[in-house]
Amino acid sequence: MKQFYHFIIKEFYHIFRDRKTLLILLGMPMAQIVIFGFALSNEVKNAHITIVNQSNGAASMKLVQKIESSKYFETYNQTTQTSDIEKMFRKGTIKVALVIPPDFDKTILAQNSSRLQIISDATDPNVATTLTAYLSIIVADFQKELNQPNSIPYTINVETRMMYNPQLKGAYNFVPGVMAMVLLLVCTLMTSLTVVREKELGNMEILLASPVNPLIIILAKAVPYLLLSIINIITILLLSYFVLEVPINGSLALLFAVSILFILVSLALGLLISSVTDTQKAAMFISLIVMLLPTVMFSGFIFPIENMPLPLRVISNIIPAKWYFIIVKSVMIKGLGFSLIWKEVLILTGMMLFFFTMAIKKFKIRLS
Amino acid sequence: MNSKAIIVENLTKIFNGFTAVDGISFEVEKGEIFGFLGANGAGKTTAMKMLCGLSMPTSGSAMVAGFDVYKENESIKKNIGYMSQKFSLYEDLTIKENIRFYAGIYGIRPELITSKTTLLLEQLTLEKEANLLVKQLPLGWKQKLAFSVAIFHDPQIVFLDEPTGGVDPITRRDFWNMIYDAAAKGITVFVTTHYMDEAEYCDRVSIMVDGQIDALDTPGNLKSSFQAGSMDEVFLQIARKAKRSE
Amino acid sequence: MSPLAYILQKEFKQIFRDPAIIRVIFILPIIQLILLPMAADYEIKNINIAIVDRDHSPSSNRLIHTITSSNYFRLVAYSSHFNQAMQNIDNDRADLILELPSGFESELYAQKETRVFLAVNAINGVKANLGATYLRSIVQNFNNDFRISVLTPGRFNDLPVIETTSSNWYNPRMNYTFFMVPGILVLLITMIGLNLSAINIVREKEIGTIEQINVTPIRKTHFILGKLIPFWILGLVVITIGFAVAWLVYGIIPLGSYLTIYLFAAIYLLAILGLGLLISTYAENQQQAMLISFFLLMIFILMGGLYTSIDSMPEWAQWVTRFNPVAYFIEVMRRVVLKGSGLADIRQPILIMLGFAIVINYWAVLSYRKRS
Repeated sequence: MKQFYHFIIKEFYHIFRDRKTLLILLGMPMAQIVIFGFALSNEVKNAHITIVNQSNGAASMKLVQKIESSKYFETYNQTTQTSDIEKMFRKGTIKVALVIPPDFDKTILAQNSSRLQIISDATDPNVATTLTAYLSIIVADFQKELNQPNSIPYTINVETRMMYNPQLKGAYNFVPGVMAMVLLLVCTLMTSLTVVREKELGNMEILLASPVNPLIIILAKAVPYLLLSIINIITILLLSYFVLEVPINGSLALLFAVSILFILVSLALGLLISSVTDTQKAAMFISLIVMLLPTVMFSGFIFPIENMPLPLRVISNIIPAKWYFIIVKSVMIKGLGFSLIWKEVLILTGMMLFFFTMAIKKFKIRLS
Repeated sequence: MNSKAIIVENLTKIFNGFTAVDGISFEVEKGEIFGFLGANGAGKTTAMKMLCGLSMPTSGSAMVAGFDVYKENESIKKNIGYMSQKFSLYEDLTIKENIRFYAGIYGIRPELITSKTTLLLEQLTLEKEANLLVKQLPLGWKQKLAFSVAIFHDPQIVFLDEPTGGVDPITRRDFWNMIYDAAAKGITVFVTTHYMDEAEYCDRVSIMVDGQIDALDTPGNLKSSFQAGSMDEVFLQIARKAKRSE
Repeated sequence: MSPLAYILQKEFKQIFRDPAIIRVIFILPIIQLILLPMAADYEIKNINIAIVDRDHSPSSNRLIHTITSSNYFRLVAYSSHFNQAMQNIDNDRADLILELPSGFESELYAQKETRVFLAVNAINGVKANLGATYLRSIVQNFNNDFRISVLTPGRFNDLPVIETTSSNWYNPRMNYTFFMVPGILVLLITMIGLNLSAINIVREKEIGTIEQINVTPIRKTHFILGKLIPFWILGLVVITIGFAVAWLVYGIIPLGSYLTIYLFAAIYLLAILGLGLLISTYAENQQQAMLISFFLLMIFILMGGLYTSIDSMPEWAQWVTRFNPVAYFIEVMRRVVLKGSGLADIRQPILIMLGFAIVINYWAVLSYRKRS
């Protein structure tokens, strides 16, 4: 135990000597949480629209004004030529176009009926669907306003309440996601690199020649990153609470405890990677494969998992970040207690034990 | 033409307030084997790196192969060879590929590279191993190969930083034979070492203590002026004064 | 032969001597390109709804039937108590709750106006918003039908009606893979290129070979080019493999010309690899280099316009994305592959990327110092 302590102290020296790395390790998560917290949102707004108003009557002008004042749209390049739309799409300057035909004002006055055409750039189908839906709602509202004098009978009003996130802030969804990614980055990548680095520089043999149990040496390398990650969690939570104004509705202690559990999972994963690789380059690429993209794709914080085909839903279960993301959302934002997340906690614990056992086994095979 | 290979005056290097090399001055004759001795941390490697153009001096002046270290460091590089403490050939390249690569950077003509490579491999008796990865070679062979690569382009001066660290006595003997061969061809050899028996092989020896040169003479003269039986004793007498150590 | 040729020869040999890296470069993109686009489906079709029906009237039944028979909603719970429905939200089984209050039908007939309550789990904003929007339009349609059935005929078209038709250009079947596959290809070559180049020079620093290089009369430009060109060629090979996969697996063939894409990719790779080398010249060890490149990658990827729309970002963030090479490439891919844009259409991004490439590589050459 005393040896273990000395080795940990040695590892700390290494990390604290390397000021640049330390600065990156502690500064990076802060920068990311703030940048992503403010910048990312799944919402679609300020989309560039061009309104091809060929009618130019009172009603059509009113409709144009209504669209202009919406936060979802920003008008761009007014034109009366439908042929310009294609050009603008190809240049990527607009996302959607609304065509108001020449007879719009006339028909709406004379026949109480008129037509509009929405053309969307469906290269990004999500944005296209959303914008079409927004436009349709604006048109429906506009239609209602035209009716104002004689209120419509038999109306069903829908009263909507946005729970947990009334302002529909992107941060509520992205903070838990970014937390998972940052912790993975620090723990998995850094741990695997430090251990492999010793191999690459040939120091491993020297360490292994010492009378100390090799496992102690390897575990000692992981401990400082555990501490650094705890510091990172604290800064991330402080920033998200005070700067991004994401509430912590549940128990802080519980949130903290599950975060430490997730850190342990990531550390174990890092050790496992380092036990099967020999160069930092290889360790990095494996970390990249098991971490960055799959975490972005399969943890559920960008793409809804329930939309995925079955095989991928199955795959998503082996991504630790998925479970952590669910837990953080539940505890932090929904304010749920342990009784509702015990299953996820159990899964993460299982993963941690599995990774640790595998890592130790692999190391033992190599060392003997 | 000047007959000096290296002229150093008051050369100093300060890192963040720490004076690693403290105003050293010396000259090295052409064709000489110059031993550059000192305890760990005395500043040998730093001084050598300044002469090779790897490190910018803080003050003082130095001419290497007739070029100024401040302004003409790229011209110096054409005329010197260097072998660092750390083994620095590419382990994931073969012997032949390493030779070819370094020869290529020095701008040696391709035909010449081929013929000289064949000759070198013969001399080293490494013909069979020519296509082996360098990492598969034993350390002694690696060192010999590194030295051969360092002088492959026939430099005026070769700098060797502890070239025989960690190799067995027989290989060390071989290595020094190679150094003599190089010197015989007119290459000036500037070598640092820890082994005092090796100091005896040098034409002249300087001993650095705490960033300064405390003694500089032929091994014979040094022994007599310090009334010592071997270079080992000379070194111990001087090095004991050192205040800083590793 | 110029010294550059020797450097190139050496770099290529080193790359091809590392089987792990070759595997990573050639197999990783294929697997990821096949797997990831399947996951990347934003299309909201299975919105889970919990319904609290306190009315139990023919009208409430009909409304519920209308909702469940639409393609968008899946009924996961039906009860008379809000708390039960709320549990479904808590454990993520339901995305929204529709509550039909008692008196829903009677009020509709008697007071000509009635209410329904919609509670949405809004942690994921986009799902919440779209879900609510769909539901409202279903209720609206139901409302219209109801009105027509109740009102006496003869007053037809008394109220103004605006009919909207919508068309989705470039991707009428709203196929998500058309959008995601080229985008993911961009991410893949960015990750591979940036990471490989970022750890390259610094690795030589760490194992000590850089010193031997620095003591040779090698030109700095040659050295940097020697590092750049092999990865540049590899990058173009990876793109080619990627397009082959896109064509074979997803049937994606760019509407525009491959030549346009390759031209942009060639410039783009120079910028990305230059950035990697720049990191490499500043970093002291491979760990630092990787941390910095991962940090940049995360920002590039998440703010690249593939996952979230750049238009929706706040002003300052949009400004940041102007320095994000990934955002340019994804945009160019989208335009050339799906819209058939030609060189003239993407002149601006090409020029900007060229500017990046020049500045970054010039900087990398400057910051690589042979003497400390």
